[in-house]
Amino acid sequence: MSGMSAASLLPRRNFLKAGGALLIGFSVRGVPANTLDAQGAGASLARGAAGAPDPKQIDTWLAIHADNTATVYIGYVELGQGSTTSLLQVSAEELDLDMSQVRTVRLDTNITPNQGGTYSSSSIARGSPAIRSAAAEARQALLEMASKKLGAPIERLLVSRGVVTVGGMGGESQSVSYGELIGDKSFHLAFTGKAPVKPVSEYKLVGTRPPRNDIPEKTSGQYVYLQHVRLPGMWHGRIVRPRGQTAYSSGARVASLDEQSIAHIPGARVLRKGDFVGVLAEREWDAVRAARDLKISWDIPAVLPSSDHLHEAMRAETTSDRVVLERGDVDDALKGAAHVAAGQYRAPYQAHAPFGPNAALADAKPDSALVICSTQDVYATRNTLAGILGLPAEKVRVQYYEGSGTYGHSCYDDAAQAAAILSQLAGKPVRLQFMRWDEHGWDLYGPAHIGEVRAAADLNDKIIAYQYDGWQHNWSAVETSAQLAIGTKPAEWRDGAAQMVNPADCGGMYDIPNVRLINHHVPGMNYLRGAWLRSPLDLSFSFASEQTIDELARQAGRDAYEFRKRNITNDRWMGVLEAVAKASRWNQTPRPPASRLSEGKMVAGRGIGLGTHLTSYGGAVAEIEVNKETGKVRVKRMYGAIDAGLAVNPAFIENQISGQLVQAASRMLLEEVTFSKTNVTSLDWNSYPILRFEECPEVVPIVVQRLDQKSTGAGEEVMAAAAGALACAFFDATGVHMREFPMTPNRVLAALKHA
Amino acid sequence: MPEELKIRVNEQLHSVTADPHTPLLYVLMNELELQGPRFGCGLAQCGSCSVLLNGSEIRSCVTPVSAVVGKSVTTLEGLPAWYAKQNKLTNAPALHPVQQAMIDEQAVQCGYCFNGMIMQAAELLSKTAQPSESQIRSAMNGHLCRCGSYPRVIHAIQRASHLMSAELENPSNEGTRQTPPAEVS
Repeated sequence: MSGMSAASLLPRRNFLKAGGALLIGFSVRGVPANTLDAQGAGASLARGAAGAPDPKQIDTWLAIHADNTATVYIGYVELGQGSTTSLLQVSAEELDLDMSQVRTVRLDTNITPNQGGTYSSSSIARGSPAIRSAAAEARQALLEMASKKLGAPIERLLVSRGVVTVGGMGGESQSVSYGELIGDKSFHLAFTGKAPVKPVSEYKLVGTRPPRNDIPEKTSGQYVYLQHVRLPGMWHGRIVRPRGQTAYSSGARVASLDEQSIAHIPGARVLRKGDFVGVLAEREWDAVRAARDLKISWDIPAVLPSSDHLHEAMRAETTSDRVVLERGDVDDALKGAAHVAAGQYRAPYQAHAPFGPNAALADAKPDSALVICSTQDVYATRNTLAGILGLPAEKVRVQYYEGSGTYGHSCYDDAAQAAAILSQLAGKPVRLQFMRWDEHGWDLYGPAHIGEVRAAADLNDKIIAYQYDGWQHNWSAVETSAQLAIGTKPAEWRDGAAQMVNPADCGGMYDIPNVRLINHHVPGMNYLRGAWLRSPLDLSFSFASEQTIDELARQAGRDAYEFRKRNITNDRWMGVLEAVAKASRWNQTPRPPASRLSEGKMVAGRGIGLGTHLTSYGGAVAEIEVNKETGKVRVKRMYGAIDAGLAVNPAFIENQISGQLVQAASRMLLEEVTFSKTNVTSLDWNSYPILRFEECPEVVPIVVQRLDQKSTGAGEEVMAAAAGALACAFFDATGVHMREFPMTPNRVLAALKHA
Repeated sequence: MPEELKIRVNEQLHSVTADPHTPLLYVLMNELELQGPRFGCGLAQCGSCSVLLNGSEIRSCVTPVSAVVGKSVTTLEGLPAWYAKQNKLTNAPALHPVQQAMIDEQAVQCGYCFNGMIMQAAELLSKTAQPSESQIRSAMNGHLCRCGSYPRVIHAIQRASHLMSAELENPSNEGTRQTPPAEVS
């Protein structure tokens, strides 16, 4: 901790004490980052050079080291879901290594392959085939080498923990390890994808429960989150924006700015590009104070509908409509049906609200740039940054460090752009972190939704008609930093999966002959910014759809579980439905169908629900209590089941289910973005509360293992089922359908009053 | 204006130059380069930045650095040694029992909140060795987790409580209890 010269930007930080390891470029808190050696790539592999590695080469996907370990290069980011460990499990399985012999590296556009973004809980579904196939091909090459070395045909070779032996007749005395065969040298092999992969019946590791490799360091404090990363010579930056975002179309116009207002903070500077304003200081607290004290005023048009009038405004818009699915004749089937249920259901904007606000580091030079951030897609972020910085894409290097959980597209790209813009303006490396109100206030929220459902059942309790009309706007394609700094015109994503009425959630689990699903796209310019939030729109769909199914069951005088069973033939939907019914002892504790308000102050109820995201099958049961005097809903216990095909690591999926149940309870009971006609007003954990320990239900996660099915997503699908189960539990407890969530005390009291 | 301040962190006295109003968190993160306490809200609402001050959990994001002069700050990094001192063990274990229990329960998801979870749980168990579930929920209620790890954190704290009573009654593995009792200065 020696003192540095007065010119030093960062007193008392000695960047050279980096554990004695080879430093190229910079260090991270004593951890050498992305040097060749630290990446374990082996000196002979040309990694770290400009440009993305070639996915058609085996060397791009893995390296075998002299110590008989392997580094696997994975194009999916770790978000706390354990997928990195799962993908290592898949690689170790194919290579016949054990978990202690495999590791991976951080994502880096100069090092790791482009597997696309880490979206839709698809790391295992989309990521594992390539990784499995590359590992199998590497193993085949290693066996060919071993065959020559040991003078035995491949058919006689056995592999255990990366040691190849000749099987049978005392051949075990002859052996060679992978490390001896190729240690740290390149394969120089084209990746053909033709090597046969192991049959499931021979799996030893896949399907078992090795622990996550990141948890020990996350517990000891040694884990390096993005928020810990520092660059030599960097300044600390903060953005300055209106408190709480404005309408997407209007951005924010600087009306007046008084740079002298921060003159009392020595060394703090204001930087501005268009309407993008930021402050820089050598010390972080000075940057925080400068952002707080800077006198600035904004022109903000009052064009938002305000959260109090949100749904009326959405419903009154001229929408562009699309029939998502039409089967049979819904109108005809509804005529004269024995049981008909109909209702409008409303869902709020909800925030990602990562627990640690997004941060990013940037070192933008005239001819190149390095940006370190928590993006879900390093390559897509690189391309956008290149446009903003005016550099060719291959001159921009993007590195990923895990931040706090993001649950979809939070402000990570916005923060990366802001850091890059500030670094370019200042000509210095910059570390930028959003403040809590920046993250809560300028998020790309999960869009609000209106669902109108009409469904009918016949006298045999079969659902015969189902119509779902859904209203919402699409995701925002432009980040606020680009919008403010270079005037990029705001635009919405085009219609697509996860932004539209979802046939899988909207009646798709039931056998219904007559179905009509209509998507009403609300033009989003005069609303809030939107993007994918864990299980996008699915909670809203299930809230509406599963309550409608329960209403039909009530009219038919059927138990909610029995009624669903009568209307499902798909064995995978049936599997998760039965799994949660069994775990919750549904049939052992019969209740009369929800019908009338109980007289007591505290009423208990249970609900069962189904739902998914795009793939996989989710089921849930919720047990709740409602206090009819205070309107408070308390979730006692939740059961969640998923069928995600072959579960590579069931333990990680159980952890994901637990988290989904708790987060779903939080979103259904508490979470709601509020806004006036000009700005978002829910800017912290008090104004945007989430579930706490004292309100947390007991949770029971269930993984339905399907060895014969392809692996599909497991990070969000149970949330939709849980949303439906919670709403149905309220109906069971009170006999009243909640038409809007979150189910806050005020809404509950109003619903009970009007019942 | 910056001043030179002496603060005791993880049993070491550090001399830092900082404006006395600077929140302790920024000094711990940027001057002492610690990774345990981290920024979450800056408003004392979430618990990301928790440290122990003389054995009680505080929010370092709203505590001026000058307020801890003359007191003892413990961060996640210093927790095993703090535990050893509390329980008069001659050797500090590699991990505090709460940390070990978090691993055993695989309680972590993204893990960003676990600094606060672990610090608060360590304080709880130092004062209430065998808390009931409702005592745990109540003590932990000021710590938020966006991933929904609460149920496993509760289990981990219960496990740590058992671990500690077993360990402190029968000192064999991690650390050895000093006899006769002596204050570690």
